[in-house]
Amino acid sequence: MERQALSVTELNNRIKGLLDLDPMLADVCVRGELSNYKIYPSGHHYFTLKDSESSLRCVMFKGSAAKLRFRPESGMSVTAFGRVSVYPRDGAYQLYCSALQPEGAGDLQVAFEQLKAKLAAEGLFDRSHKKPLPAFPEKIAIVTSSAGAAVHDMIRILGHRWPMTKVVLLPVRVQGVEAPPEIAGAIRYANEFQVADLIITGRGGGSIEDLWAFNDERVARAIYDSGIPVISAVGHEPDVTISDYVADARASTPSNAAEIAVPDQHELRDALDHLDIRSRQAMQKKLSQLSQKLAALAEKRVLTDPSVYIDNRRMELDHMRDRLSASAERKVSAGRQEFVRLASALDAMSPLRVLKRGYSITEDGAGNSVKSASQLKKGDRVRLRFADGGADCTVDCVTEGD
Amino acid sequence: MAAKKLNFEQSLARLDEIVRHLEKGDLPLSDSLSLFEEGTALLSSASRMLDEAEQKVVKLRKGADRQPEELPFEEE
Repeated sequence: MERQALSVTELNNRIKGLLDLDPMLADVCVRGELSNYKIYPSGHHYFTLKDSESSLRCVMFKGSAAKLRFRPESGMSVTAFGRVSVYPRDGAYQLYCSALQPEGAGDLQVAFEQLKAKLAAEGLFDRSHKKPLPAFPEKIAIVTSSAGAAVHDMIRILGHRWPMTKVVLLPVRVQGVEAPPEIAGAIRYANEFQVADLIITGRGGGSIEDLWAFNDERVARAIYDSGIPVISAVGHEPDVTISDYVADARASTPSNAAEIAVPDQHELRDALDHLDIRSRQAMQKKLSQLSQKLAALAEKRVLTDPSVYIDNRRMELDHMRDRLSASAERKVSAGRQEFVRLASALDAMSPLRVLKRGYSITEDGAGNSVKSASQLKKGDRVRLRFADGGADCTVDCVTEGD
Repeated sequence: MAAKKLNFEQSLARLDEIVRHLEKGDLPLSDSLSLFEEGTALLSSASRMLDEAEQKVVKLRKGADRQPEELPFEEE
Protein backbone atom coordinates (compact mmCIF):
# COMPACT_ATOMS: atom_id res chain seq x y z
CA MET A 1 0.00 0.00 0.00
CA GLU A 2 2.00 2.77 -1.40
CA ARG A 3 1.07 6.29 -0.34
CA GLN A 4 2.07 9.39 -2.16
CA ALA A 5 4.47 11.29 0.14
CA LEU A 6 4.56 15.09 0.08
CA SER A 7 7.68 17.08 0.48
CA VAL A 8 7.80 19.39 3.49
CA THR A 9 7.71 22.35 1.21
CA GLU A 10 4.66 21.00 -0.58
CA LEU A 11 2.87 20.55 2.73
CA ASN A 12 3.80 23.98 4.04
CA ASN A 13 2.76 25.57 0.78
CA ARG A 14 -0.56 23.74 0.92
CA ILE A 15 -1.21 25.02 4.41
CA LYS A 16 -0.12 28.48 3.39
CA GLY A 17 -2.50 28.28 0.43
CA LEU A 18 -5.37 27.33 2.71
CA LEU A 19 -4.69 30.17 5.10
CA ASP A 20 -4.19 32.71 2.35
CA LEU A 21 -7.60 31.84 0.97
CA ASP A 22 -9.36 32.82 4.16
CA PRO A 23 -10.51 36.45 3.81
CA MET A 24 -10.81 36.80 7.58
CA LEU A 25 -7.15 35.93 8.09
CA ALA A 26 -6.13 38.37 5.38
CA ASP A 27 -7.18 41.29 7.50
CA VAL A 28 -7.11 40.65 11.24
CA CYS A 29 -7.13 42.85 14.21
CA VAL A 30 -5.79 41.20 17.35
CA ARG A 31 -5.30 42.37 20.90
CA GLY A 32 -2.52 41.20 23.20
CA GLU A 33 0.59 42.04 25.14
CA LEU A 34 3.91 42.62 23.42
CA SER A 35 6.76 40.41 24.48
CA ASN A 36 10.26 39.66 23.32
CA TYR A 37 10.21 42.77 21.14
CA LYS A 38 13.32 42.95 18.94
CA ILE A 39 14.42 45.31 16.22
CA TYR A 40 16.85 43.76 13.78
CA PRO A 41 19.57 45.64 11.91
CA SER A 42 17.54 45.01 8.78
CA GLY A 43 14.90 47.36 10.21
CA HIS A 44 12.32 44.59 10.66
CA HIS A 45 10.64 44.27 14.04
CA TYR A 46 10.03 40.81 15.55
CA PHE A 47 7.85 40.17 18.55
CA THR A 48 5.34 37.91 20.17
CA LEU A 49 1.78 38.82 21.02
CA LYS A 50 0.35 36.92 23.91
CA ASP A 51 -2.44 36.70 26.38
CA SER A 52 -2.72 34.50 29.48
CA GLU A 53 -3.08 31.28 27.53
CA SER A 54 -1.40 31.50 24.17
CA SER A 55 0.99 33.40 22.01
CA LEU A 56 1.36 34.49 18.38
CA ARG A 57 4.57 35.17 16.47
CA CYS A 58 4.59 38.49 14.67
CA VAL A 59 6.79 40.35 12.27
CA MET A 60 6.59 43.97 11.18
CA PHE A 61 8.58 44.89 8.13
CA LYS A 62 10.76 47.96 7.95
CA GLY A 63 8.30 50.02 5.88
CA SER A 64 5.44 49.57 8.33
CA ALA A 65 7.69 50.02 11.35
CA ALA A 66 8.85 53.45 10.10
CA LYS A 67 5.28 54.69 10.35
CA LEU A 68 5.09 53.95 14.08
CA ARG A 69 4.62 57.14 16.09
CA PHE A 70 5.57 55.54 19.39
CA ARG A 71 8.24 53.13 20.45
CA PRO A 72 6.72 49.68 21.11
CA GLU A 73 8.10 47.96 24.20
CA SER A 74 7.67 44.53 25.71
CA GLY A 75 4.85 44.53 28.23
CA MET A 76 2.71 47.06 26.35
CA SER A 77 -0.87 46.15 25.62
CA VAL A 78 -1.53 46.76 21.96
CA THR A 79 -3.84 46.09 19.10
CA ALA A 80 -2.05 44.70 16.05
CA PHE A 81 -3.33 44.88 12.49
CA GLY A 82 -2.22 42.66 9.63
CA ARG A 83 -2.66 39.29 7.92
CA VAL A 84 -1.91 35.77 9.10
CA SER A 85 0.19 33.60 6.86
CA VAL A 86 2.77 30.86 6.97
CA TYR A 87 6.47 31.30 6.76
CA PRO A 88 7.24 28.15 4.78
CA ARG A 89 10.88 27.94 5.83
CA ASP A 90 9.94 27.40 9.47
CA GLY A 91 6.55 25.88 8.87
CA ALA A 92 5.10 28.34 11.26
CA TYR A 93 2.28 30.70 10.82
CA GLN A 94 2.67 34.27 12.01
CA LEU A 95 1.06 37.66 11.96
CA TYR A 96 2.46 39.98 9.31
CA CYS A 97 1.79 43.19 11.21
CA SER A 98 1.16 46.40 9.30
CA ALA A 99 0.23 48.68 12.23
CA LEU A 100 0.32 48.73 16.01
CA GLN A 101 -1.77 50.82 18.32
CA PRO A 102 -1.27 51.14 22.04
CA GLU A 103 -4.21 49.93 24.07
CA GLY A 104 -6.21 52.63 25.85
CA ALA A 105 -4.25 55.76 25.04
CA GLY A 106 -3.57 56.78 21.48
CA ASP A 107 -0.19 56.26 19.95
CA LEU A 108 0.59 59.98 20.16
CA GLN A 109 -0.23 59.94 23.83
CA VAL A 110 2.19 57.08 24.34
CA ALA A 111 4.84 58.87 22.30
CA PHE A 112 4.30 61.94 24.44
CA GLU A 113 4.72 60.01 27.67
CA GLN A 114 7.79 58.29 26.34
CA LEU A 115 9.53 61.51 25.30
CA LYS A 116 8.48 63.19 28.51
CA ALA A 117 10.00 60.39 30.58
CA LYS A 118 13.19 60.42 28.51
CA LEU A 119 13.72 64.20 28.73
CA ALA A 120 12.79 64.28 32.40
CA ALA A 121 15.43 61.62 33.05
CA GLU A 122 17.94 63.79 31.21
CA GLY A 123 17.06 66.73 33.43
CA LEU A 124 15.51 68.95 30.75
CA PHE A 125 12.62 69.88 33.03
CA ASP A 126 14.72 70.61 36.12
CA ARG A 127 13.65 73.64 38.11
CA SER A 128 17.28 74.58 38.63
CA HIS A 129 17.71 75.08 34.89
CA LYS A 130 14.82 77.53 34.61
CA LYS A 131 15.83 81.13 34.01
CA PRO A 132 14.00 84.07 35.54
CA LEU A 133 12.03 86.20 33.08
CA PRO A 134 13.14 89.83 32.70
CA ALA A 135 10.85 92.15 34.67
CA PHE A 136 10.83 94.75 31.89
CA PRO A 137 11.78 93.04 28.61
CA GLU A 138 13.05 95.43 25.96
CA LYS A 139 12.54 93.09 23.02
CA ILE A 140 10.35 90.03 22.81
CA ALA A 141 10.83 87.50 20.02
CA ILE A 142 7.64 85.69 19.07
CA VAL A 143 8.25 82.37 17.36
CA THR A 144 4.94 81.36 15.83
CA SER A 145 2.90 81.54 12.66
CA SER A 146 2.51 85.03 11.26
CA ALA A 147 -1.05 84.10 10.35
CA GLY A 148 -3.68 83.09 12.83
CA ALA A 149 -5.22 84.63 15.87
CA ALA A 150 -2.41 83.78 18.29
CA VAL A 151 0.14 86.29 17.00
CA HIS A 152 -2.45 89.07 16.81
CA ASP A 153 -3.69 88.40 20.31
CA MET A 154 -0.14 88.51 21.63
CA ILE A 155 0.78 91.74 19.81
CA ARG A 156 -2.44 93.40 20.93
CA ILE A 157 -2.06 92.44 24.59
CA LEU A 158 1.65 93.31 24.67
CA GLY A 159 0.87 96.72 23.19
CA HIS A 160 -1.93 97.33 25.63
CA ARG A 161 0.03 96.31 28.69
CA TRP A 162 3.54 97.46 27.89
CA PRO A 163 4.00 99.34 24.61
CA MET A 164 7.64 100.06 25.50
CA THR A 165 8.63 96.53 24.52
CA LYS A 166 9.56 95.99 20.89
CA VAL A 167 8.01 92.92 19.34
CA VAL A 168 10.14 90.91 16.93
CA LEU A 169 8.24 88.26 15.04
CA LEU A 170 10.07 85.19 13.73
CA PRO A 171 7.47 83.57 11.46
CA VAL A 172 7.49 79.77 11.37
CA ARG A 173 5.12 77.00 10.41
CA VAL A 174 3.55 75.53 13.52
CA GLN A 175 2.18 72.30 12.11
CA GLY A 176 3.29 69.68 9.64
CA VAL A 177 6.62 67.95 9.28
CA GLU A 178 8.44 71.25 8.61
CA ALA A 179 7.23 72.82 11.82
CA PRO A 180 9.60 71.28 14.42
CA PRO A 181 12.86 72.13 12.57
CA GLU A 182 11.54 75.64 11.80
CA ILE A 183 10.54 76.35 15.39
CA ALA A 184 13.77 74.91 16.80
CA GLY A 185 15.76 76.80 14.15
CA ALA A 186 14.09 80.13 14.96
CA ILE A 187 14.79 79.71 18.69
CA ARG A 188 18.44 78.93 17.99
CA TYR A 189 18.67 81.83 15.52
CA ALA A 190 17.20 84.26 18.08
CA ASN A 191 19.93 83.19 20.49
CA GLU A 192 22.70 83.34 17.94
CA PHE A 193 21.92 86.96 17.03
CA GLN A 194 20.51 87.96 20.41
CA VAL A 195 17.45 89.46 18.79
CA ALA A 196 15.50 89.68 22.05
CA ASP A 197 15.71 89.26 25.80
CA LEU A 198 12.62 87.06 25.97
CA ILE A 199 11.15 84.47 23.59
CA ILE A 200 7.53 83.38 23.35
CA THR A 201 6.85 80.31 21.26
CA GLY A 202 3.54 78.62 20.73
CA ARG A 203 0.36 78.58 18.75
CA GLY A 204 -3.38 78.65 19.18
CA GLY A 205 -5.52 75.67 20.03
CA GLY A 206 -6.05 72.56 17.92
CA SER A 207 -6.09 68.79 18.00
CA ILE A 208 -3.23 66.84 19.52
CA GLU A 209 -1.93 66.34 15.97
CA ASP A 210 -2.05 70.12 15.34
CA LEU A 211 -0.04 70.80 18.48
CA TRP A 212 2.37 67.97 17.81
CA ALA A 213 5.34 70.13 16.79
CA PHE A 214 5.59 71.34 20.39
CA ASN A 215 6.00 67.74 21.51
CA ASP A 216 8.99 67.32 19.24
CA GLU A 217 12.33 66.51 20.75
CA ARG A 218 14.16 69.03 18.51
CA VAL A 219 11.93 71.85 19.73
CA ALA A 220 12.36 70.71 23.32
CA ARG A 221 16.13 70.71 23.02
CA ALA A 222 16.22 74.13 21.32
CA ILE A 223 14.17 75.56 24.21
CA TYR A 224 16.43 73.89 26.73
CA ASP A 225 19.56 75.24 25.04
CA SER A 226 18.20 78.78 24.76
CA GLY A 227 20.14 81.32 26.80
CA ILE A 228 17.21 83.71 26.35
CA PRO A 229 14.32 82.81 28.66
CA VAL A 230 11.46 81.09 26.82
CA ILE A 231 7.73 81.16 27.53
CA SER A 232 5.83 78.27 26.00
CA ALA A 233 2.26 79.07 24.99
CA VAL A 234 0.58 76.20 23.17
CA GLY A 235 -3.12 75.72 22.59
CA HIS A 236 -5.73 76.17 25.27
CA GLU A 237 -5.73 75.84 29.02
CA PRO A 238 -5.76 72.00 29.34
CA ASP A 239 -3.24 71.33 26.59
CA VAL A 240 0.17 70.51 27.98
CA THR A 241 3.09 69.91 25.66
CA ILE A 242 6.71 68.89 26.10
CA SER A 243 7.62 72.51 25.29
CA ASP A 244 5.62 73.60 28.34
CA TYR A 245 7.72 71.33 30.55
CA VAL A 246 11.07 72.51 29.16
CA ALA A 247 10.28 76.23 28.92
CA ASP A 248 11.23 78.67 31.66
CA ALA A 249 7.58 79.60 32.03
CA ARG A 250 4.40 77.98 30.80
CA ALA A 251 1.45 80.02 29.63
CA SER A 252 -1.97 78.45 29.27
CA THR A 253 -2.64 80.34 26.03
CA PRO A 254 -0.77 82.76 23.75
CA SER A 255 -2.73 85.66 25.31
CA ASN A 256 -1.68 84.47 28.74
CA ALA A 257 1.95 84.43 27.54
CA ALA A 258 1.67 88.12 26.66
CA GLU A 259 0.33 88.79 30.14
CA ILE A 260 3.16 86.88 31.77
CA ALA A 261 5.81 88.48 29.57
CA VAL A 262 5.30 92.16 30.42
CA PRO A 263 4.06 94.23 33.33
CA ASP A 264 0.76 96.05 33.07
CA GLN A 265 1.32 99.77 32.59
CA HIS A 266 -1.90 100.51 34.46
CA GLU A 267 -0.64 98.68 37.49
CA LEU A 268 2.66 100.51 37.19
CA ARG A 269 0.94 103.85 36.94
CA ASP A 270 -0.77 102.94 40.18
CA ALA A 271 2.59 101.98 41.62
CA LEU A 272 4.03 105.33 40.52
CA ASP A 273 1.10 107.15 42.10
CA HIS A 274 1.69 105.20 45.24
CA LEU A 275 5.37 106.15 45.29
CA ASP A 276 4.35 109.74 44.67
CA ILE A 277 2.00 109.68 47.65
CA ARG A 278 4.57 108.00 49.84
CA SER A 279 7.30 110.49 49.02
CA ARG A 280 4.94 113.42 49.61
CA GLN A 281 3.80 111.95 52.90
CA ALA A 282 7.38 111.34 53.99
CA MET A 283 8.31 114.89 53.08
CA GLN A 284 5.26 116.28 54.87
CA LYS A 285 6.08 114.24 57.93
CA LYS A 286 9.62 115.55 57.88
CA LEU A 287 8.43 119.12 57.58
CA SER A 288 5.82 118.77 60.32
CA GLN A 289 8.39 117.15 62.61
CA LEU A 290 10.72 120.04 62.05
CA SER A 291 8.03 122.63 62.56
CA GLN A 292 6.96 120.89 65.76
CA LYS A 293 10.53 121.09 66.97
CA LEU A 294 10.56 124.74 66.03
CA ALA A 295 7.32 125.37 67.89
CA ALA A 296 8.68 123.63 70.97
CA LEU A 297 11.72 125.87 70.87
CA ALA A 298 9.64 128.96 70.33
CA GLU A 299 7.61 128.17 73.41
CA LYS A 300 10.61 128.48 75.70
CA ARG A 301 10.10 131.71 77.80
CA VAL A 302 13.33 133.24 76.75
CA LEU A 303 12.04 133.51 73.21
CA THR A 304 8.44 134.39 73.96
CA ASP A 305 9.36 137.20 76.55
CA PRO A 306 12.66 139.01 75.92
CA SER A 307 12.37 140.96 79.21
CA VAL A 308 13.01 137.70 81.03
CA TYR A 309 16.52 137.90 79.86
CA ILE A 310 16.95 141.37 81.18
CA ASP A 311 15.23 140.52 84.45
CA ASN A 312 17.55 137.62 84.91
CA ARG A 313 20.58 139.79 84.24
CA ARG A 314 19.23 142.36 86.65
CA MET A 315 18.87 139.72 89.33
CA GLU A 316 22.42 138.71 88.79
CA LEU A 317 23.45 142.30 89.10
CA ASP A 318 21.61 142.65 92.41
CA HIS A 319 23.26 139.57 93.64
CA MET A 320 26.65 140.95 92.67
CA ARG A 321 25.89 144.19 94.40
CA ASP A 322 24.99 142.35 97.60
CA ARG A 323 28.19 140.46 97.52
CA LEU A 324 30.13 143.63 96.88
CA SER A 325 28.60 145.59 99.75
CA ALA A 326 28.99 142.70 102.13
CA SER A 327 32.65 142.55 101.40
CA ALA A 328 32.95 146.34 101.74
CA GLU A 329 31.30 146.15 105.12
CA ARG A 330 33.74 143.53 106.23
CA LYS A 331 36.57 145.83 105.17
CA VAL A 332 35.14 148.84 107.10
CA SER A 333 34.70 146.96 110.32
CA ALA A 334 38.23 145.62 110.10
CA GLY A 335 39.41 149.26 109.72
CA ARG A 336 37.47 150.28 112.72
CA GLN A 337 39.12 147.68 114.90
CA GLU A 338 42.51 148.80 113.66
CA PHE A 339 41.63 152.38 114.57
CA VAL A 340 40.68 151.42 118.12
CA ARG A 341 43.89 149.53 118.49
CA LEU A 342 45.95 152.40 117.15
CA ALA A 343 44.07 154.91 119.27
CA SER A 344 44.74 152.98 122.44
CA ALA A 345 48.39 152.62 121.47
CA LEU A 346 48.46 156.35 120.92
CA ASP A 347 46.81 156.92 124.20
CA ALA A 348 49.49 154.88 125.92
CA MET A 349 52.08 157.11 124.38
CA SER A 350 50.39 160.37 125.40
CA PRO A 351 52.56 162.72 127.54
CA LEU A 352 49.50 163.48 129.60
CA ARG A 353 49.47 159.93 130.85
CA VAL A 354 53.15 160.32 131.83
CA LEU A 355 52.34 163.54 133.66
CA LYS A 356 49.52 161.75 135.45
CA ARG A 357 52.05 159.35 136.82
CA GLY A 358 53.80 162.31 138.57
CA TYR A 359 56.18 163.54 135.92
CA SER A 360 56.22 167.11 134.64
CA ILE A 361 57.46 168.87 131.53
CA THR A 362 59.76 171.91 131.66
CA GLU A 363 59.18 174.50 128.99
CA ASP A 364 61.27 177.59 128.22
CA GLY A 365 59.87 180.99 127.68
CA ALA A 366 59.06 180.16 124.04
CA GLY A 367 57.12 177.09 125.05
CA ASN A 368 59.78 174.59 123.93
CA SER A 369 60.34 171.66 126.22
CA VAL A 370 63.65 171.69 127.99
CA LYS A 371 65.38 168.34 127.61
CA SER A 372 68.80 169.17 129.10
CA ALA A 373 70.05 171.01 132.19
CA SER A 374 72.64 172.63 130.03
CA GLN A 375 69.90 174.62 128.32
CA LEU A 376 69.27 176.53 131.55
CA LYS A 377 71.18 179.09 133.60
CA LYS A 378 70.56 180.86 136.87
CA GLY A 379 67.71 183.35 136.75
CA ASP A 380 65.89 181.76 133.64
CA ARG A 381 62.15 181.75 133.78
CA VAL A 382 60.66 178.31 133.10
CA ARG A 383 57.24 176.85 133.31
CA LEU A 384 56.46 173.44 134.75
CA ARG A 385 53.60 171.65 133.23
CA PHE A 386 51.62 169.06 135.18
CA ALA A 387 48.80 166.90 134.13
CA ASP A 388 46.34 169.22 135.59
CA GLY A 389 48.00 172.67 135.38
CA GLY A 390 51.30 174.53 135.51
CA ALA A 391 53.65 176.60 137.64
CA ASP A 392 55.94 179.47 136.56
CA CYS A 393 59.38 179.18 138.22
CA THR A 394 62.82 180.85 138.34
CA VAL A 395 66.07 178.82 138.12
CA ASP A 396 68.19 179.27 141.31
CA CYS A 397 71.13 177.15 140.28
CA VAL A 398 72.03 174.70 137.54
CA THR A 399 73.66 171.39 138.40
CA GLU A 400 75.03 169.32 135.54
CA GLY A 401 75.90 165.68 135.76
CA ASP A 402 74.23 163.97 138.71
CA MET B 1 25.01 113.11 40.72
CA ALA B 2 22.47 110.60 39.59
CA ALA B 3 22.89 110.19 35.86
CA LYS B 4 19.91 111.28 33.74
CA LYS B 5 18.44 108.97 31.14
CA LEU B 6 17.45 106.18 33.48
CA ASN B 7 15.22 103.66 31.81
CA PHE B 8 11.87 102.82 33.34
CA GLU B 9 13.15 99.93 35.41
CA GLN B 10 16.06 101.97 36.77
CA SER B 11 13.79 104.92 37.47
CA LEU B 12 11.47 102.69 39.43
CA ALA B 13 14.34 101.21 41.45
CA ARG B 14 15.76 104.68 42.20
CA LEU B 15 12.32 105.98 43.15
CA ASP B 16 11.87 103.13 45.54
CA GLU B 17 15.24 103.92 47.09
CA ILE B 18 14.39 107.61 47.41
CA VAL B 19 11.06 106.94 49.07
CA ARG B 20 12.69 104.57 51.55
CA HIS B 21 15.25 107.23 52.43
CA LEU B 22 12.58 109.87 52.85
CA GLU B 23 10.45 107.58 54.95
CA LYS B 24 13.34 106.85 57.29
CA GLY B 25 13.31 110.57 57.97
CA ASP B 26 16.83 110.76 59.37
CA LEU B 27 18.23 113.02 56.69
CA PRO B 28 18.82 116.74 57.13
CA LEU B 29 16.11 118.92 55.62
CA SER B 30 18.21 120.10 52.70
CA ASP B 31 19.09 116.51 51.72
CA SER B 32 15.46 115.46 52.09
CA LEU B 33 14.40 118.31 49.86
CA SER B 34 16.88 117.50 47.13
CA LEU B 35 15.88 113.82 47.24
CA PHE B 36 12.25 114.86 47.06
CA GLU B 37 12.98 116.98 44.02
CA GLU B 38 14.86 114.14 42.35
CA GLY B 39 11.95 111.81 43.09
CA THR B 40 9.41 114.21 41.66
CA ALA B 41 11.45 114.57 38.49
CA LEU B 42 11.80 110.79 38.16
CA LEU B 43 8.08 110.32 38.70
CA SER B 44 7.18 112.68 35.93
CA SER B 45 9.78 111.28 33.52
CA ALA B 46 8.61 107.72 34.22
CA SER B 47 4.97 108.62 33.59
CA ARG B 48 6.05 110.44 30.44
CA MET B 49 7.81 107.27 29.24
CA LEU B 50 4.52 105.43 29.63
CA ASP B 51 2.53 108.18 27.96
CA GLU B 52 4.82 108.45 24.98
CA ALA B 53 5.52 104.76 24.42
CA GLU B 54 4.38 103.47 21.07
CA GLN B 55 4.55 99.79 20.34
CA LYS B 56 7.01 98.73 17.62
CA VAL B 57 6.38 95.46 15.83
CA VAL B 58 8.76 94.07 13.22
CA LYS B 59 9.09 90.83 11.32
CA LEU B 60 12.53 89.29 11.21
CA ARG B 61 14.01 87.81 8.05
CA LYS B 62 17.29 85.99 7.63
CA GLY B 63 19.20 88.31 5.34
CA ALA B 64 22.55 88.10 3.63
CA ASP B 65 25.21 86.38 5.78
CA ARG B 66 22.31 85.05 7.88
CA GLN B 67 22.14 88.47 9.57
CA PRO B 68 18.67 89.40 10.82
CA GLU B 69 16.79 91.98 8.73
CA GLU B 70 13.81 93.82 10.13
CA LEU B 71 10.73 94.19 7.96
CA PRO B 72 7.53 96.00 8.83
CA PHE B 73 4.91 93.60 10.09
CA GLU B 74 1.63 93.88 8.29
CA GLU B 75 -1.43 92.42 9.82
CA GLU B 76 -2.41 89.45 7.67
